[in-house]
Amino acid sequence: MTTARIPLLHRYANPAVFGRLASQVLPWTTGAAILLLALGLYFALFSSPPDYQQGNSVRIMYVHVPAAIMSEVVYGMMAAAAAAGIIWKHALADLFVKAAAPLGAAFTFICLVAGSLWGKPMWGAWWVWDARLTSELILFFLYLGYLALVDAFDDPQRGLKAGAILVLVGVVDLPIIKFSVDWWNTLHQPASLMTMAGPKVDPSMLLPLILMIGGFTAFFITVVMLRLESELLARRIRAWRTAAGDE
Amino acid sequence: MSAAFRLFRHDLKLQLRQGSDLIAPVAFFVLATLLVPLGVGPEPNLLTRLAPGMIWVTALLATLLALDRLFQRDFEDGTLDLLALSPMPLEMTVLTKVAAHWVTTGLPLLMAAPVLGLMLRLDPATYVTMEVSLLLGTPVLSMIGAFGAAVTLGARRGGALLALLVLPLYVPILIFATSAIGAAGEGLSARPHLLLLASFFVAGLVLVPFAAAAALRNALE
Repeated sequence: MTTARIPLLHRYANPAVFGRLASQVLPWTTGAAILLLALGLYFALFSSPPDYQQGNSVRIMYVHVPAAIMSEVVYGMMAAAAAAGIIWKHALADLFVKAAAPLGAAFTFICLVAGSLWGKPMWGAWWVWDARLTSELILFFLYLGYLALVDAFDDPQRGLKAGAILVLVGVVDLPIIKFSVDWWNTLHQPASLMTMAGPKVDPSMLLPLILMIGGFTAFFITVVMLRLESELLARRIRAWRTAAGDE
Repeated sequence: MSAAFRLFRHDLKLQLRQGSDLIAPVAFFVLATLLVPLGVGPEPNLLTRLAPGMIWVTALLATLLALDRLFQRDFEDGTLDLLALSPMPLEMTVLTKVAAHWVTTGLPLLMAAPVLGLMLRLDPATYVTMEVSLLLGTPVLSMIGAFGAAVTLGARRGGALLALLVLPLYVPILIFATSAIGAAGEGLSARPHLLLLASFFVAGLVLVPFAAAAALRNALE
């Protein structure tokens, strides 16, 4: 079978093709993740100035902001993959959703915890019920709901499909998180990185922030590919077992 | 259309014959709400402030009670397969089930709420707003719940799972319903909040049947 004739979308649905791609890409993303996180952490913790108002607490932001961005981006990617799985029956798309979900949940958890640790010295409270925090918390529960649902079926394929539908329904939360700081008067500050007028962050703080965002992204790509590969292996083992009459 | 109406009557009849199905959610609603004054003390001002939130939170939980049975019985005895094969779109079946669920849970809650309001010393100026918020909000709860019931159909430990999936999606309804009652209590206009609730209702009416029907098809595959 020649891969050239297959549309791009479906070429990587072939586990063997994906495996080859993953083995080529993985060393680079692993290296990039280690390098960017190390550099980013060095700049974030040592080689960037303390904020004139927040002092050294501002350094929490270099973890909080990338985690928050990833929590939304990962969910967006899961939703896109879920849609691809439902519309084109793309074989790897549903597996990607499952592989990415625990990572997204972890990013959301890190975002909430880091934000809480920052909130105590800055706002004087671990938690406030403003729209940004509440919608992010709901995102965390959406991740947990997906993780619980996907494993609740005896037939794994059925769990993947039910989970994909749930992810698509939950996507309504994403714009609410993004625009919560504009729609409501929140204690959480409005966007300062992705604004129409460009970033409103000082270059000395922008550098570690961008390094950390790159590091988080490379880490995500690395781990999600490893998880996808292990999911594919698990599926193959299941198929062999069934063929051998074990189950 | 007449097929949908007949299915609705059939569902309602089944529910009414099993009286306990009908009474359980309302009884839970009343009991859970009445635990609050016993828990926090009968101080009138405190109760007046807590009343809208308590009524709505227990209403959310009460709608959960009958949800896991929404498709389960039909799924187990094969009725759902026949409904899926029938010429009536599965989306219409979902809407019919939602309507039957609302008539047997949402509507009784609507009728019990004023009595609870009296006992919890709800601000007299907010009764109408509370009823309107329940009238607009509880059907949305039934819709979201129907989606949850459809997506967990055939899953192990469906009940607890259903609550985990559905409660986060209930949050916007709770927020806007209670802020409507809050606004009415402060003499402000509850209209914007109620309009938002109405928009949830309309959006749910359009979107939920498709999501729930897709989940049902997955369960029936």
